[in-house]
Amino acid sequence: MSQSFDEISAQLRRRHRKSARLKWISMGALGLAGLFLVLFFADMLGKGMPAFQQAQVQVEIDYNEDAQRMGRAALDPEVSRLVSRTFERLIPGQIRDNPELLGTTETRWVLADSQVDQYLKGHRHKLSESQKATVDALVEQGRAELKFNTTFFTTGDSKMPEASGILSAAVGTVLTMLVTLAIAFPIGVMTAVYLEEFAPDNRLTQIIEININNLAAIPSILFGLLGLAIFINFFGVPRSSPLVGGMTLALMTLPVIIIATRTALRSVPDSIRHAAFGVGCSQWQVVRDHVLPLAMPGIMTGSIIGLAQAMGETAPLIIVGMVAFIPDVSASFAEAATVLPAQVFTWAGEPDKAFVEKTAGGILVLLAILIFLNASAVILRKKFERRW
Amino acid sequence: MNRILKSRTFKTTVIAAAVVGVAGVAQARDQIRIVGSSTVYPFASYVTEEFGATTEYPTPVIESTGSGGGIRLFCNGVGEGTPDISNASRRIKASELERCAENGVTDVTEVKIGSDGIVFAQSSENEEMDLTLEQLFLAVAAQVPVDGELVDNPYTNWSDIDSSLPDREISIYGPPSTSGTRDAFEELAMEVPSEEMEAYGGEGYTEIRSDGVYIDAGENDNLIVQRLTEDTNAFGIFGYSFLVENPDALGASSIEGVAPEAEAISAGDYPIARSLFFYVKNQHAEDVPPLYDYVDMFISEAMIGEGGYLMDIGLIPLPEAERETTRQKVADRASLQVSDL
Repeated sequence: MSQSFDEISAQLRRRHRKSARLKWISMGALGLAGLFLVLFFADMLGKGMPAFQQAQVQVEIDYNEDAQRMGRAALDPEVSRLVSRTFERLIPGQIRDNPELLGTTETRWVLADSQVDQYLKGHRHKLSESQKATVDALVEQGRAELKFNTTFFTTGDSKMPEASGILSAAVGTVLTMLVTLAIAFPIGVMTAVYLEEFAPDNRLTQIIEININNLAAIPSILFGLLGLAIFINFFGVPRSSPLVGGMTLALMTLPVIIIATRTALRSVPDSIRHAAFGVGCSQWQVVRDHVLPLAMPGIMTGSIIGLAQAMGETAPLIIVGMVAFIPDVSASFAEAATVLPAQVFTWAGEPDKAFVEKTAGGILVLLAILIFLNASAVILRKKFERRW
Repeated sequence: MNRILKSRTFKTTVIAAAVVGVAGVAQARDQIRIVGSSTVYPFASYVTEEFGATTEYPTPVIESTGSGGGIRLFCNGVGEGTPDISNASRRIKASELERCAENGVTDVTEVKIGSDGIVFAQSSENEEMDLTLEQLFLAVAAQVPVDGELVDNPYTNWSDIDSSLPDREISIYGPPSTSGTRDAFEELAMEVPSEEMEAYGGEGYTEIRSDGVYIDAGENDNLIVQRLTEDTNAFGIFGYSFLVENPDALGASSIEGVAPEAEAISAGDYPIARSLFFYVKNQHAEDVPPLYDYVDMFISEAMIGEGGYLMDIGLIPLPEAERETTRQKVADRASLQVSDL
């Protein structure tokens, strides 16, 4: 069994080479992932930033007789085609509600048509040569310019790209997530407490545990089918509502919360439980006053991550009807609503090219919210976590 | 502990709010519910938005479920939870209308709103191609007749089909089998020409080849358009409105010598064109007061007429006489019968 010095040192060199290679390969993998991330962000930022600016034009509105029937008649014919229809279609109603407007004029900044917007941003547009000249002249006079796009944050979806916004989807997301949290959090935590603190370790609980782990890995669309069959068809929950969407996503989030809570409970050392029992606490008191509060940071982190996952989900929501066209902002749990990723999905399918930047802009907003959520999960953990 | 308590009160509030919310919808609706075709969706959602913005009623809810899926939901019955209108990029089938009647949906009005062409287009960098329906069929069918026998499609280059066509590889991006566009393509561009070909024995043949020449490109027509600009060798099959939005990137092939242009499609000269419809559940007219206000807005001249708003976004208007017929049917609340189909 004797090896010469040379053999041993050659073997050593080989082993060192191998570990160096492993290091480079794993660094390469990280670099590649980072590169993709940078490319993705650069692409999204490049495409999405223009969405936060929108062209406006200053026009003179003449509330005349004709404008009572056709809003367009209130505008100078030269610019009337350059102004968003979302503005001019409201004029007849305004005159109907405020008859004293009739015969007056007003100068105001209003949303420009999306083609003007695309032209000013240097994208492909459909303006004719004479319309281009008009826009150029307006820019020269300071009567047309790109301004910060408040519409994007204050309105719902629209067929007219210049007037479409993410507010209705954002409100829908908040409502849906409230329902998801209200259902998944208590049920998830209680299930985990029972399984971890009370349940005997037998065949049945083992089967339950395997099933929970399995559920966490099921394709999300199946939860949508379940939601359709049970919540909508059987319980009659209104279709497309944040209520049914939230319930469906709660099913999807439950296993994540249960698993996270169990891990958090398990990391609370038994000495805490023993000490509490030692001074005469009941099982209920031990869990409520000692184990659960100590496990809370871990439970919160898990729940936030589960929620962030649910927030980015579209597939199950297509099945329960939440991928819909929702221009109105509604704060009801039972009325039709949509969510941010579904809004992005809807915009991505629009033929009009001006929606490309809206799509990317929507993605940026969604990303910002997800980064905020995940960062707060990390901060919560760092702040409250106790190491034993 | 404190934290748990806090979150508990918070949750009770949320659940209570949710219950109140549900109780609120248990009466007659002000909000119209629409389902159906993804082809009609852009037009219908334009009208719903206009309706929401200019009337006192809330914006109707519209879901893009595909024609078949929409009619299935529509025919599930009468009452609160069922849709009031179903959009369709094809006519309702007799079997579907029978199922409707079985479920109590006995009074349905058919509204024809316009036409749509299915285009066969490529990157505009290529030379234009003029195809006959038969050539198009031979390029996409799974089995084609060679010397009178049906064999697996052997054509890989356009010039194999007809020597007058360019020597270019056949590569086609098209809609998947769940799509209404695919249904219409199979019916108009496959069934029709194959019925006249002896080898199929007078029966329509609609099997699309699966040897990688025809590529399912997903429901999103934008993706097909994007791929065509990158893969200049390939053709795509999609709706006319996407051609309108990309006039300089795409060039559509003429079929049987007719280019897919609004007039040709409207007149029925372009062979792969279909009519667009929606179906109204008249039994809901009383419980859903805005129902016919919406229908009237949809069929107004300002929407579906020549130069109407929907034309701007790609709808091909019906000839004037047909628009009048549509309006008459709506005014009469004409009830569609199985015998009409």
